[in-house]
Amino acid sequence: MTPIQLAEALDLKIISRGDGDERTADGVFCCDLLSIVMGKAKAGAVWITVMCNINTIAVAVLADVSCVIISEGYAVDEDMVKKAEEQGVCLLQSSLPTFELGLAIHNLLQL
Amino acid sequence: MNDALHLHYFVDGDDFTRAGEASANVKKTLRQIGVSPDAIRRVAIVLYEGEINMVIHANGGVIDVDIAPDQITMVLKDTGKGIADIELAMKEGYSTAPEEVRSLGFGAGMGLSNMKKYSDEMKIESTVNVGTTVTMKVNLS
Ligand SMILES: Nc1ncnc2c1ncn2[C@@H]1O[C@H](COP(=O)(O)OP(=O)(O)OP(=O)(O)O)[C@@H](O)[C@H]1O
Ligand SMILES: [Mg+2]
Repeated sequence: MTPIQLAEALDLKIISRGDGDERTADGVFCCDLLSIVMGKAKAGAVWITVMCNINTIAVAVLADVSCVIISEGYAVDEDMVKKAEEQGVCLLQSSLPTFELGLAIHNLLQL
Repeated sequence: MNDALHLHYFVDGDDFTRAGEASANVKKTLRQIGVSPDAIRRVAIVLYEGEINMVIHANGGVIDVDIAPDQITMVLKDTGKGIADIELAMKEGYSTAPEEVRSLGFGAGMGLSNMKKYSDEMKIESTVNVGTTVTMKVNLS
């Protein structure tokens, strides 16, 4: 399933499409500390976080995750959206708490 | 990919929202010359961690990257406060990152361990109040 299909299935807000139509979401990783994401997230994972700044996008590119979902309805600022668009990162947003979102994705992807 | 390629970057100590430019640039160069995605991912991550450390802990510095056919060598040099106990600094979870950068998601105390994990060789030389030089190598075969 692509990140965009996942967004449609779970009614997530699409903030930046990026390469979300081309990637395959094949795992879930939840964490707000950037170095832990770089150390442990697998390429292709869906990364769920409340950390909203341009470093989040830089780390998403480095870790090569398939998309970033901002949970808990945290606000995404203009700089972050711009950076996501520039870098072709699929950026999604949801008002759901991180765990509920992760569980829903886990079930949807039948992991 | 015949001749060795040298890249040099100046890392600004004030602006960690811009840190990552050296890493992004090296990544682009490696992609153009056809380096494997796995090696590119490792180089980009260790460089980013090193770059961020220079900005947060050492007020900036310089980065030199040597791209040879079989190996990438990265040297990150700063004249910051230095690391008194390198073994302690290497421990997962150890961090002296200030509160304002923690609120941006830094300060897990995982950067140096990521650099060690994703590079094939890493050496840290540091003198308190003089500076720190981190040398990392990633093999390409
Ligand atoms: N270039 C440097 N100059 C001075 N001190 C450094 C330098 N790099 C690392 N350190 C010290 O080593 C500690 C551990 O570094 P490490 O990169 O592992 O974690 P961090 O930067 O604190 O957090 P994280 O990288 O997980 O966001 C730092 O908190 C700092 O005290
Ligand atoms: Mg660090």
